[in-house]
Order: sequence, then C-alpha cells, then structure tokens
Amino acid sequence: MRTIAMGAAFLCAAPLIAVLFFVAANGISAFSLDLITKAPRALGIGGGAANAVVGTLQMVPVAALIAVPVGVLGAVYIAEFANRRSARVIRFCADVLVGVPSILIGIFVFTFLVLPFHQFNAFAGSVALAVIMIPVVMRTTEESLHLVPNALREASLALGVPAWRTVLSVVLRTGLPGILTGTMLAIARAMGETAPLLFTALGSRVVNVGDFGRPMDALPLFIYVNARQPVDALNQQAWGAAFLLLLVVLIINVAVRARSWGQRIG
Amino acid sequence: MNLETAVRGPDAAIEGPPGRSEPAPVPVMPVPRPVVTPSEPAPAAEGGGEITIKGLSVYYGGFRAVRDVELTIPPRAVTAIIGPSGCGKSTFLRTLNRMHELVPGARVEGTVALDGIDIYSPEVDPVQLRRVVGMVFQRPNPFPTMSIYDNVTAGLRLTGRHKRSELDDIVERSLRRAALWDEVKDKLKQPGTSLSGGQQQRLCIARALSVDPEVILMDEPASALDPIATLRVEELIAELRRQYTIVIVTHNMQQASRVSDRTAFFTMGEERAGYLVEAGDTVKIFTNPRERLTEDYISGRFG
Repeated sequence: MRTIAMGAAFLCAAPLIAVLFFVAANGISAFSLDLITKAPRALGIGGGAANAVVGTLQMVPVAALIAVPVGVLGAVYIAEFANRRSARVIRFCADVLVGVPSILIGIFVFTFLVLPFHQFNAFAGSVALAVIMIPVVMRTTEESLHLVPNALREASLALGVPAWRTVLSVVLRTGLPGILTGTMLAIARAMGETAPLLFTALGSRVVNVGDFGRPMDALPLFIYVNARQPVDALNQQAWGAAFLLLLVVLIINVAVRARSWGQRIG
Repeated sequence: MNLETAVRGPDAAIEGPPGRSEPAPVPVMPVPRPVVTPSEPAPAAEGGGEITIKGLSVYYGGFRAVRDVELTIPPRAVTAIIGPSGCGKSTFLRTLNRMHELVPGARVEGTVALDGIDIYSPEVDPVQLRRVVGMVFQRPNPFPTMSIYDNVTAGLRLTGRHKRSELDDIVERSLRRAALWDEVKDKLKQPGTSLSGGQQQRLCIARALSVDPEVILMDEPASALDPIATLRVEELIAELRRQYTIVIVTHNMQQASRVSDRTAFFTMGEERAGYLVEAGDTVKIFTNPRERLTEDYISGRFG
C-alpha cells in the first residue's frame, strides 16, 4: 500500500519535471533574441514570434484590467457584506466557472463579441481571458480577506471610519499581499490559455500593436499554429515560444509562491 | 467634539470621499474641561459625556444577553463594569458606541442617552457616534500595514477630517496623553506592530484619543498584558480620568478598585441573561455593597 501510494505521489510530481525537461531540451536551442524581437516573415519561413509576444503583452494586461476590479470587488462583497447564503451561491458559481472548459468560454465570448461585428478581435480575446481570471482573482482575494483579523475592522469602525473606507483602507490594504498573489497567479494562468483565444483573438502573423478591433496573436496560439505545420523550422519556433512561455509562467508561479510561503498576513 | 455637533453641527462630516475641502475644521484641542476630583463627578449640566441608560435589553437574535439595565455613567470619571464571565459586560459596553449592532441579528431595546441625545434615535449616525465614543479593545490591534504615526492619525485620515499640517501636532499630543511619546518619538515611521504588547495597547489608546472623543470605552484593556504593562495602562487611565468619561470592563476586581470612581456589578441571571445587580461609588461597592450577590462576588465566593 505504502509503495503504491509512494509511486502515485511520484507520478504527481513527475509530469512537471518531464514537461520542464522536454520543453527545455527542445526549446533552448530554438530560443534566441530574434524570437522575441522579430516578426514572422510575411512570405516564406523564418523570423520570430514578436507578433505573439507583443499580443500576449497586450491582451493579458487588458484582461487583468477587467478581471482584477471585478474579482476583487466581488470578493469584497462576499467576504464583507453579503449574507451567508448569497455568499455561498456566488462562491459556488465561481468554483464551477473555474472548472468550465475554457473553449466554451471562448465560444461564449465569440457569440456576443465576434459574431455581431463579423470580425475576430483582440478585445474579445481579452474578455475571454478575463472570464478565466475572474474566479481565480475572486477566490484568492476572498481567502486573503478572511485572513484579515476582525479586530482590525472593529478598530477602524470604532474610530468612526465609515464601512466603505474601512474596507478600502484597512481590510483591502491588509489583505493586499494575498490579492497580489491571486492576481499574479491569474495572469500566469491567462498567459497560457489557448482555447479561449481560438474563436476570439484568432491569432495573426502580423505584429498588432494597439488595434484591439482586429485579430492578434498570443504565445499559446503561436505554439498551436506553428507546431501543426509540416515544416521543421516552424516546429522549432513553436518549441522556442513554448520555452519562453514556460519560463515566464514558471517565474511568476515560483516567485509568488515563495513570497506567500515567507509571509502570511502583514 | 460632542454628539450634538456630530449629529447636527456643521462639521458633521457626511460619509464621502476624504478631501481637504472639508468646510469646517474640527477643533483639534479639546474644549477646556473643568478639573473635577474623581470623587465628585461633574454635574450633568456641564455636559461632556454623561451616559444615561434606561431599560436597556440587548439581544442576539432571539437570545437576550442583557436585560433591563438602568444606569447613569457620570461624565469625566471612570466607571468600572465588573462581573463573572458571560454576564454580558462586554456586550453591554458595545451597546454604548453601537458596535454591538455589527453582529448580524443583534438589537437593543431601551434607551442610551449621551448628554441627553438617545444614541439609538434614527437621527444619530453610528459612524458619527463612534467619533465621540471611542473604544479600546481587549487585545492591542494596531493596523499592521501602518506606521506608528499612521496608526495614530488613522481615525482622522480615514474620515477625511484633517489638515496635513495639523497631523504632526495631533500625533505628538495623542502619544503624550497616552504616555507613549518618549518611547516612540524617534521611530514614528516604524510599523505599529514592532512595539511591545503594552506599547501597542497604549498606541491604540493614543489612536482612540486622536479623534478627540468624549467617552472612551475599554474592554478589558489590560487582560492581554503583563503586570508591568498593565500597571502603565492603569496609570494612564488615572491620568485620563478627568478629561474623558471612561467606561472600563474588567475581570480583575483589584483593577476595578484601583482605577475606578464608580463600579457597576453585573451577573448572569435566569435564561443566561446578564443584568445589573448594583452600581455605586467604587469604595462603597467594595467595602459595603448593598446586595448579597455583590458581596459574594467581591469576596471571591463565585465568579
């Protein structure tokens, strides 16, 4: 029993190691500065993944701009103001939303932000990513607000500070490290999402700077598209992009988790 | 500031975004208060923090935690609330600044009048009330994200009632009154949580004083402190007693007899409802109580 459980435990950790190993082994050689700085050639094969890098760097922050206020305020509502029943309903919905297949979120956004305009667009991509991020931000924020000692709320209210100001300047401020953790994890999650973008941002071989009404590329889309081509050079580019994406996501995750190990509240 | 101005006056700050456009500056210095010897509480006519409680019952949902309290708390004197665990001392205290109603399902019956104004009347905003009736809690609870300086000024900054230039003075004055200035004057920028427990509690007292209340409620303020820190808090209460109406809940009868002018003894009655057994001058309660129950409690026969 013990041996079987140990084997299973090993299998839990092994995929991470394996993924790291394979992506690094194949990706490092394909990774170069050109991959980040150069756009794909308009004709033929070659160039880099700048279209994807630039796209991810635009769509993810816009998604965060939508998701963080919604997620944080939603968490404030269920942690500070809602009665127990409505808090439970909202929490349940958020938890289910985390489990909804992300391609369905893509299709859902497609029907009301792409179909009406007859145009795949980056804004729809950001909205789809925001839908992925919202429950992550909300649940981590809620957790961190629950960790804020009630004594601090009382101290503030007893000074004659209005409830809204108490939430803003004492509760949210004290829970800020946890909120930042949740936001960073949500960002890392959104950076790696492919399916929600397939029907929304679509992807593009052109570096799209700032035109959210048109298609835009993203790193996972770049990997998806290039890995499918019957051309070694493009497959190599996919590996390089995969390595880059893995590196960024890994750094965010490790940094955030190391920080929250080091300190709890305060 | 008293409740009258808080409720009706021009500086009754509306809950709104903090701004420097606040029309009427709040007086920073307390109105000079007549010096009154502890044994002779100021007559009610002079105002400044007399609390009159009539027929007060406190409920948590269907449970009556405290019943039928009739008590007058004299201004600018220390009133101690003593009694065994579970007799509703803290619950009673929290009805005096309406912190009690933050618990879902909590409500009160009866009246609590501060200088003649019923604090439970619809025209009284509990947020305004709490600027007049301050509170110090059982465990020191400085804001962990704020410096010592910011902790002291929190009540003013977060209610948008300050001029930046006044804050330095308020910090010094509040910390001096809380007998903490000399210990922290060189490290005002350090976090409030870097102080020792006793210092943190005095910081919390300074924070409560900074908004210039008339009444200060203390809920077992020394119970989490060591004996030396406790002594310092008691000395502080002795210094503040003539400027503020202080109501202190304490488990410790020696403490009540040391710091208070008046004592009210609560105990638990039928159906676990706490009630006021008797109240009077501390000396009388501790030497010659009217009720047998009080005598038994004072002499340590229960509780």
